[in-house]
Amino acid sequence: MTIIVRDDGFHAEDWNGDFDGPAAQDLPSDTDPESLAFDDDTGMIRIDFPSFADGRGFTLARLLRLRGYKGRLRARGHVIADQYAMARRAGFDEVEIDEALAERQPQDQWVFRADWQAHDYQARMRGTA
Amino acid sequence: MYAYNDFDSAFVAERNRQFRAQVERRIDGSLTEDEFKPLRLMNGLYLQLHAYMLRVAIPYGTLNSAQMRQLAYIAERWDKGYGHFTTRQNIQYNWPKLQDVPDMLDALAEVEMHAIQTSGNTIRNVTADHFAGAAADEIADPRPVAELLRQWSTDHPEFQFLPRKFKIAVTGSPNDRAVTAAHDLAIRIVEKDGEIGYAVLVGGGLGRTPMIGKIINEFVRQEDLLPYVEAVVSVWNLLGRRDNKYKARIKITVHEHGIDEIRRLVEARFTETRAAFNGADLDLFETIKTHFAAPSFTKRPVSAFDRAYDNDPVFRAWADTNLSDHQAEGYAIAQISLKAHGETPGDATADQMRIMADIAQEFGHDELRISHEQNVILPHVHKDDLPEIHARLKSHGLATANIGLVSDIIACPGMDYCALATARSIPIAQEIATRFDELKIEHEIGDLKIKISGCINACGHHHVGHIGILGLDRAGVENYQITLGGDHTETAALGTRTGPGFSAEEIVPAIERIVEAYLDHRDSAEETFLQAYRRLGMAPFKTALYGEKADKRSEAA
Repeated sequence: MTIIVRDDGFHAEDWNGDFDGPAAQDLPSDTDPESLAFDDDTGMIRIDFPSFADGRGFTLARLLRLRGYKGRLRARGHVIADQYAMARRAGFDEVEIDEALAERQPQDQWVFRADWQAHDYQARMRGTA
Repeated sequence: MYAYNDFDSAFVAERNRQFRAQVERRIDGSLTEDEFKPLRLMNGLYLQLHAYMLRVAIPYGTLNSAQMRQLAYIAERWDKGYGHFTTRQNIQYNWPKLQDVPDMLDALAEVEMHAIQTSGNTIRNVTADHFAGAAADEIADPRPVAELLRQWSTDHPEFQFLPRKFKIAVTGSPNDRAVTAAHDLAIRIVEKDGEIGYAVLVGGGLGRTPMIGKIINEFVRQEDLLPYVEAVVSVWNLLGRRDNKYKARIKITVHEHGIDEIRRLVEARFTETRAAFNGADLDLFETIKTHFAAPSFTKRPVSAFDRAYDNDPVFRAWADTNLSDHQAEGYAIAQISLKAHGETPGDATADQMRIMADIAQEFGHDELRISHEQNVILPHVHKDDLPEIHARLKSHGLATANIGLVSDIIACPGMDYCALATARSIPIAQEIATRFDELKIEHEIGDLKIKISGCINACGHHHVGHIGILGLDRAGVENYQITLGGDHTETAALGTRTGPGFSAEEIVPAIERIVEAYLDHRDSAEETFLQAYRRLGMAPFKTALYGEKADKRSEAA
C-alpha cells in the first residue's frame, strides 16, 4: 500500500483513476521537458523519483507549473522527509511513498517540514512572500 | 558589509535546527547513511581521510572582525586551534566531531555565518574578487550581485539535488582576480552605453577535464540576471549526465552539446523562468547594495609611510609585494600572506586570526577578505597606518613579503587530509618555499604562480598555474607532473605538460631548474615568467628539465 503525504500528514490513496492516459500521467524522471503536455482534462501528473538523489523531478514540476498546469501534481518514489519542503515549493501538491519509507520516516518527520511557506528565499525573490 | 535581516537570521536558525534533527535521525536510523550524506554535505560536513571536516562559507570572501574572532573561537573550542582557508573563500576545520557540529553551526549563526551549500551537488558558496569595493580598476562592486545570488541559490528548491556541484564566481573588474573562467558559471560586470550589466560564461572548470568557460551571453541586464542564471541551471539539471559523475559537470554538458545548442536551450527556458519574476528581486538588489556602501575615507598625509618606506628595507620589501592600488587617495589594499616559508599554505592559528581581526577593527574599517589564493586581505587601510600594521603582523609571523612570488603557492590539502588525494601537496609547497627562501632569489624572479594539486580533481588549480604541479600515484609511488603556461586571469589558459613526471625527491630541484631557465632566458627583469614562456615556448624549459634529448624522452612517455 502506498501512503500519500500532505501538509497535515499521512493519507490513504484517494486517486481512483488509472495512470495511463492524458488525463492522468506517469512521468519518469528523465522526461524530455519539450514533451510535457497537458490540457484542461488532465487531473493528475505523477513524477517518479527513482532515487532521492535524482533532482530532475523538481525542475519538471516547476516547468509544469510555469507552463500553466493547475491539476494535481504528485512526487512518487524515493522522496525523503527532508525534501518535502522542496517538493512543495517546486510545485508538487503531495508525495507518494511506500510503507517501508513511511515506517522509517514516520509522519512527524514530514510534518516537521510542512512549514514550507516559511523561510523561503524564493518567495522574497519573486515577491510572493 | 551585508548584515542579516530578521529573515536571514531566522532562516539560518531554522536550518540549523533541521540539521540538528538530521544528525539525531541518522543516529536513530530514520535516515540511512546514503540519505544522510547529501544532507550533511549541503550543510558543509564532509568526511575526510582521518575525520569529518566542516567547510564554512565566507560569502564572496568578506568578513568583519567579529566574524574572524568567532572563527578563532570555533577553532579553539571544537577543533585543534587552527583553520584552513581554501581556494573558494571557505574556511575548513579538519577535526570536528559529528556531535559537536550542530553547536559549531549555531556559533557561526551568532555572527551571521553558515556552512550551507559549501559541499554536495548544490550551488556552492558564491565567490568574488577579493579586492571588491576597493580595487582601483573596478567597474562596479561585485559583492551586491554575489549576495543576491547567495540568497537566490540558498535552499533553491529545484537545485539541491543537481547532477553535480555548481560553482559561481563574480568579478567587477576587467582584471579577473576571481578565476571566473574556471567556474561552472562566471559573471563579469560590464558596462554598455552607460548601463551596468553582466557577461555570463558557462562550462569552465578544472578537475580531470579542465575547460575554460565560454561566453553564453555578452550582456544580461540586471532585471534578467536571476531568471537567466536560473534558466542555465534548469537546463543543466535536466540535461546534465547522471550516469557518470565524472561527466556530470556543466562543462561536459556544454562540451557534448556545444555552446550554441546550450545557448538556444537557455534562451528558450529563460522566456519561462523570467515570467516568475516581477521586479521584487530588483528591489531586494537595491536594498542589498546599500549594505556595501564604501567606508568614509579620510584625507591625511602619508608621511609615516614615506619615512618607513625610505628607511626600513623590510617594510619596503613588504610594501612592494603585498600592497595594491586602492580606489581612494592615500589608501592601499594590504595582503597578509598565509604562506610563511615552510608553513602550510592557507592555515591560520586562532591567535593569528585574532591579530588580523584586531588590526582590521583598529585600522581597516572592520573589513577582512579571504582570497582564492589563500591569503587574507585588509581591503581598506590608510597608508600612514601601514608601518604600525606591518610591525604588528611581523611580531606574529604574518608579515611574509611574498604575495605573487614563487613561495605564494596555492596547494590543496593533499594526502595529509584528503581521502581523494593520490599524493602530498602541502609538503611539496613547503619545500619549494623553503628552497627559494634559501636561495634569496624570490624578488629577482618576480611574478610567478605555482599551484599544486594532490590529485586530478585539481583543487589546487594546477591547470592555471604559471607552473602547475599535479601529484599522482604511480604504482604506490608519488609522481609529480609539471605543466607550464597556465593563467588564471582574464586571459585564462590551461598549462601544457612538460613531459614525464618527477618523484617527490626530484620535484623541487626540477622546479628550480625551470626557474633558472627562465632567469637565463628572459629579456629583462621586466619580462615575467608567463611572458617569457609565451615568447619562448616549451623548448628551453624541457631542456632544463630533461636535458638535450628532451624531445625523445617525452615521446617515450
